[in-house]
Amino acid sequence: MSRFPNPAFPLKANRVHEVCGPAATAFAGVCCAQGTGPLLWITESWRGKGLNPLGLTAFADPRRLLMVRAKDQTDTLASTEEALRAGAVDLVVIELSKPLSLTAGRRLQLAAEAGRTRGLCLIPEGMGSNATETRWQAMPLFDPEEGADSTLMRWSLTKNKSGTFGAWDVRWNHAARRLDVVSPAGQRPEPPGAAG
Amino acid sequence: MWFPRLASDRSLRAQPVDGPVALTLTQSNAERIVCLNSLAERLGLAVGMTGADARAYCPDLRTRPADPAGDARFLAALRRWATRYCPWVGIEGGDGLVLDITGAAHLFGGEAGMLTDMRRRLARAGLTVRLGLGDSRGAAWALAHHGEGVATPGDPLATLAPLPVAGLRLETKEVVTLERLGLRSIGDLAATPRAPLARRFGAGLLLRLDQALGRAGEQISPEAEPPHYAVRLTLPEPIGLTADVMAGTQRLLAQLCDRLDHQQAGARVLCLTLRRVDQDSRQVELRLARPLRDPARILPLFERGVAGVEAGFGIDQLRLEARVVEPLPARQSVAFGPQRGDRLEDLISRLGTRIGLENIQRFLPADSHIPERGFLIAPAAYSDPEGPWIALRPRPLRLFAPEPINAHGPQPPRQFRWRGMALTTARATGPERIAPEWWLEDDNWRNGLRDYWRVETRQGCRLWLFHTPQNPGWYVQGEFA
Repeated sequence: MSRFPNPAFPLKANRVHEVCGPAATAFAGVCCAQGTGPLLWITESWRGKGLNPLGLTAFADPRRLLMVRAKDQTDTLASTEEALRAGAVDLVVIELSKPLSLTAGRRLQLAAEAGRTRGLCLIPEGMGSNATETRWQAMPLFDPEEGADSTLMRWSLTKNKSGTFGAWDVRWNHAARRLDVVSPAGQRPEPPGAAG
Repeated sequence: MWFPRLASDRSLRAQPVDGPVALTLTQSNAERIVCLNSLAERLGLAVGMTGADARAYCPDLRTRPADPAGDARFLAALRRWATRYCPWVGIEGGDGLVLDITGAAHLFGGEAGMLTDMRRRLARAGLTVRLGLGDSRGAAWALAHHGEGVATPGDPLATLAPLPVAGLRLETKEVVTLERLGLRSIGDLAATPRAPLARRFGAGLLLRLDQALGRAGEQISPEAEPPHYAVRLTLPEPIGLTADVMAGTQRLLAQLCDRLDHQQAGARVLCLTLRRVDQDSRQVELRLARPLRDPARILPLFERGVAGVEAGFGIDQLRLEARVVEPLPARQSVAFGPQRGDRLEDLISRLGTRIGLENIQRFLPADSHIPERGFLIAPAAYSDPEGPWIALRPRPLRLFAPEPINAHGPQPPRQFRWRGMALTTARATGPERIAPEWWLEDDNWRNGLRDYWRVETRQGCRLWLFHTPQNPGWYVQGEFA
């Protein structure tokens, strides 16, 4: 993976992070691609099937993934805390539908620290919690240059407890399984393929 | 010990009635009687009659369905009971027990005393029994089935001689042939020269005869006690604190896991029953993600359940039972401390106690081109990861139920509205035609063929659209990364 221009990514270990926006799932997919240990994806059961494992193959091996379907947000959060504290998985992804209270957010942070696990909340727009370490917004972008399977996205860092903000255009390289940072046109010319 | 009316006795024990009773079983499309009570037998009914015939003979006959599996369980329970007389008890056919009472008879006041005790206890339980006692298994069988009694020690032929040849555990065909030849009793048979008999009937007949007369040995194989995975702890004083109950559970777990270790088994479902002082009881059930027999790993999983129990005036008995047990061969431990895989299994068990073990799932690959059926969802606790996963063509990261959009024609629309957004197509890749699987009935595929397009919009979203040419319409089914 090419070095991301901000130390906020790869996501800081032992903390819980947040991501919103239409490409939040893709952001989570990129996070899943790091490491080789098991992954836990916690959702509420009413959301239906949702995640497509065949689509996830571009990022991570679905064999690593365990889905947890809880009946409501209380169960989701309780399961998340348990999973973070157990320290048995690489990454815990939680899909939230309601804003997180400060207490709940703080509990998750403490659990992540205790279990040395990374957590990532997929939140609806504008429902972030103050306890989060970083908050990202991921938007898909149309890519006029690349081929048909481009995954150009704009990642904006809108909250960071230990660093600066910023926005980057990134593209997931399926073949090499790495994240290429695409500099905005005209700012920093770079020959294609040199990003590795 | 022969129970000639085991099935009907069992049925009558459960629901006693006066009058003739028959148990019937449907065999090759006819309702046939398999067992009768004594009253029905006295009225002239016989096993093997059809139910309709029997009712014609005896209009007030009551029939009940037979339950062979239940009878087998009942016989197994009787076998366990019979170990009160001697340790060597085996099951004989479907309706008898065989006991090797060598060296045990004096405990009941000799053979006669033991037989009386058996008769008395079984009669009190409402069971008809025929007892036969002999030097050999064959002699005892013959006596039990044909005129009870005790064979003379050392010379069984004296007692067995008047009994019919059917008492030798022969096949019906052989019995009929022997009777046709005029060899009606065991005495007749024993007096006949052996060589012609062997030529006519083979060695089987003579073996049975020798076994009955004690000339050939025969073993009794006692049934092994099935391992019993339950332990209990009775307390002199009631307890109520969670920590105390957990300490009690710890002691029980150590015992239970020791037993599981002996049998190379692991518990899958555990049930902790807490009996309270007021005779009420509470149960804590624990379902594990993998068979386990490590007390240190199981104990913390009980914490949540035990904490939720209302102790009332106190708990004075704990009982721990492994309801479901699976084989778990010993494994060589790789390193010290809990392994990561173990921790994941513990996590699954712990999450399972809160949200149900079936809600922790994993994806398994499935062999289908239909996007919704390209994978299976299985409970993680009862499946293993399978692979490899191969996506031949790019597939969306999120898949949802098809959402119709307003568009016409076989080419993807230039502009369309989806989920309240006005979208403009910038690039469309496709079509990829997927035909429904005709061998499966699927309501979602009523519209026939689908032409899938990957549509990139100016607004950014990359959507998976499909057109149904046989039933024109456009739908959005997924979103790419």
